[in-house]
Amino acid sequence: MPYIDTNNDIAGIRGLMQFRPDVGIALNQLAQVLLAEEASLSKRDRELIASFVSSRNACTFCMTSHGAIAAHLPGGNQELVEAIWKDYKTAPIDDKLKALLQIAEKVAKGGLHVTQADITAAKEKGGSDLDIHDTVLIAATFCMFNRYVDGLGATTPYDPGFYEIVGRQRAAEGYLTKSVLVKD
Amino acid sequence: MPHIALHPDLYGITSLLDFRPEIAAPLCRLTQLLLRGESTMTEAEREMIAAHVSSLNACTFCSSAHTAATCLLPGGKESGIEPMQTDLQALHISDKMKGLLSIATKVQKNGNQVTQHDIDVARASGATDLEIHDTVLIASLFCLYNRYVDGLATLTPSDPEFYTTLGKRITTRGYLMPEDGYDATNYKPNII
Repeated sequence: MPYIDTNNDIAGIRGLMQFRPDVGIALNQLAQVLLAEEASLSKRDRELIASFVSSRNACTFCMTSHGAIAAHLPGGNQELVEAIWKDYKTAPIDDKLKALLQIAEKVAKGGLHVTQADITAAKEKGGSDLDIHDTVLIAATFCMFNRYVDGLGATTPYDPGFYEIVGRQRAAEGYLTKSVLVKD
Repeated sequence: MPHIALHPDLYGITSLLDFRPEIAAPLCRLTQLLLRGESTMTEAEREMIAAHVSSLNACTFCSSAHTAATCLLPGGKESGIEPMQTDLQALHISDKMKGLLSIATKVQKNGNQVTQHDIDVARASGATDLEIHDTVLIASLFCLYNRYVDGLATLTPSDPEFYTTLGKRITTRGYLMPEDGYDATNYKPNII
């Protein structure tokens, strides 16, 4: 149950968005351009960064939702997502993504934690300016989403079936469509 | 030196909004809604939340810009807010604002630091659920901006005049992106 009276019983971030729909639309448009539209990084890798940062912020709702979305995208699966939550350095991903996750981990702590050495390492592994930019912004954006969700005590479902449905829908449709879990 | 190649005559967040305008557009719309949209909180009060969180995150660019904006808006200067000031006790503000800024302080650390008690304290001093919602989201949004600005090591001017000029821009023109992009300033500020 959220800390405030949202006048709806929709789980997770969408219950908060329903409380202030104008802001909800802007938040979903941001998620759409950042995660679901054409970019230098694949959709899978962008969702993995989102899920990883959410795991570092201990935001169960976002980490599980975006992990499920990554698992439903080409090249993704639940074991990979869990390996990254546990230790991205030993997860079965390429060195470029490892270097980008290292930057994301620093961003989660605070922007000033990112060092020139972190950036140089990512560039040496083939990370472009656009890859690095999007990694920092995805990490920063999930530092927002995670705080919004947990700071207002949004309802976090325990049922894995919930995240399965979210993962399948968002991997296929992006962020601008109505949730199949919300009744009219 | 920024970590990536940005427009050399733009500073802080402006250099990033210019780098990736397709992402900047929804980000600017969100900021405009929260800080300039209709609200029972004044614009100065909402800018103060932005400034406070930015100070806690030690983000000089955002703290200086939003402190300048707070002080330019009606009722802002009287609070006594200063750039990079994190002590709420030093501010001359209402009990309601103290309650809301205390929630913002928790949000800056992590969303799961906020308790029902924090919410109840803010409510008891007159805060509405919508004001609490907006406070949490503004605090969260500046946890985004501060990381974006410092995580890519954007240029941070050291001249107070730079932030006064920027404060005037955001208090008069707001946060929506200009259709023809961002202008470079006509002078070169000193950089931290």
